[in-house]
Amino acid sequence: MKLELPIYLDNNATTPMDPRVLEAMLPYFTEKFGNAASRNHSFGWVAEEAVDYAREQVAKLINADPKEIIFTSGATEADNLAIKGVYEMYASKGNHIITCTTEHKAVLDTCKHIEKSGGEVTYLNVKEDGLIDLAELEKAITEKTILISIMYGNNETGVIQPIREISAIAKKNGILFFTDATQAVGKIPVDVLADGIDLMAFSGHKMYGPKGVGALYVRRKNPRVKVTSQMDGGGHERGMRSGTLNVPAIVGFGKACELCMNEMESEAKRLSIMRDRLESSLMELEETYVNGTPEHRLPHTANISFKYVEGEGLMMGFNKNIALSSGSACTSASLEPSYVLKALGLGDDLAHSSLRFGLGRFTTDEQIDFTIKAIKDTVIKLREMSPLWEMFKEGVDINAIEWAHH
Amino acid sequence: MAYSEKVIDHYTNPKNVGTLDKAKTNVGTGLVGAPECGDVMRLQIEVDEQSGLISDAKFKTFGCGSAIASSSLATEWLKGKTVDQALAIDNMDIVEELNLPPVKIHCSVLAEDAIKAAINDYRVKNGLPELVAEKKAH
Repeated sequence: MKLELPIYLDNNATTPMDPRVLEAMLPYFTEKFGNAASRNHSFGWVAEEAVDYAREQVAKLINADPKEIIFTSGATEADNLAIKGVYEMYASKGNHIITCTTEHKAVLDTCKHIEKSGGEVTYLNVKEDGLIDLAELEKAITEKTILISIMYGNNETGVIQPIREISAIAKKNGILFFTDATQAVGKIPVDVLADGIDLMAFSGHKMYGPKGVGALYVRRKNPRVKVTSQMDGGGHERGMRSGTLNVPAIVGFGKACELCMNEMESEAKRLSIMRDRLESSLMELEETYVNGTPEHRLPHTANISFKYVEGEGLMMGFNKNIALSSGSACTSASLEPSYVLKALGLGDDLAHSSLRFGLGRFTTDEQIDFTIKAIKDTVIKLREMSPLWEMFKEGVDINAIEWAHH
Repeated sequence: MAYSEKVIDHYTNPKNVGTLDKAKTNVGTGLVGAPECGDVMRLQIEVDEQSGLISDAKFKTFGCGSAIASSSLATEWLKGKTVDQALAIDNMDIVEELNLPPVKIHCSVLAEDAIKAAINDYRVKNGLPELVAEKKAH
């Protein structure tokens, strides 16, 4: 089979939609266009039935009850609803939230918002391996703590936090536990009961479903959790999220969950084998480092720093053919390199030199072969061009040089 | 962000990558930037003592494509110029030639700094006073 270019290896940013998902969605744009809230005619019933079915598909994937699924526009909205909703609903119990520094901006910025409105937030540091320190978590708990918000799997490094240990600590202290599981759901088994999760955000477009749809899982039993709605309106979604349901997207989200449910096990195995091959081949290059613990990691993610070459310069060598992302500042609007990698204790130089690989359902062995060669060739070429590489090879201590910071 | 064709060309076929013997008195070396900032440029000039012209220029750069292209272009421009002519190279000339977008102007500033640093190194080695360059914002 001929290799088609460009190759997409940025599946942590978004995934292509599975054609089977699209097929399930199509009728709901046209002939089955009803409003799921129209209770008095068949158009509404058809739409409602489709939403109910999708809700079951979504719930099943995470071992929840369908009634515990609140559809949203995506994980960002679900993060906002969970954190702000709990903060407002449980204001009489306290105003303190614990989260960590490697969370997604949707969580961090929501927490900043909470701080501005008078709440208190503790941002736990992570260890070098990317995991939080459970003892630190316990120490951070106060009488006013109402919520622990720790992500399931990290979007940049793929590091999976010790969810069950965290939920046990939360439960012991009578605190709610929320997790942003956007990168984990559909990729690895996530079981809200076994994992002891009270609230969980996830999204359709990270698991081969459409963009613009996600969900917040809100536990109904032991304990019964409630969140204050963040949008006023018709009282949809058990009053927690008003707004006409996006029926085609919800149908697609449901189908995507069903496919993940059926295919996750074999897919995870296939992807981790490919990822490991990619990683070990690239690690044959000198001065190459894997970021985040390889022991607790999503099967499709790798984050690697190629010391003495700069990430954006590196990507330019192959970005016509391979789509990837980098922790380099140059690739983002801000001038700071990845805060997630810096939280792992990486120096700015290594953070600037990182690439994130996000493999997916449609990644092939041929694509991985091509990628390995393209990246190796570019790293070697750029190191020949790098003054830092030359110094390293001559045994010059780069840290001892007084650099002019600008 | 799309790169200009000239940036891509310099990145793909960089001119004058390499190292000159920094111990020689007619070689000036400028090392600017910082690894933490994601850009380090080393630019070297070799001055022909007879003619006073820059006979050779080499660079090595750690940085993005625009930084590599800026230094590659700088070495091309330096060759054949007198040291005084080289001092007149302005970062905005590089911006114009490479069509650098606003977020990449700092790459051109760095290249200008590297030229000035190399010239100063050459001057100091040859008993001339160091020139104080105007400070440009990065």
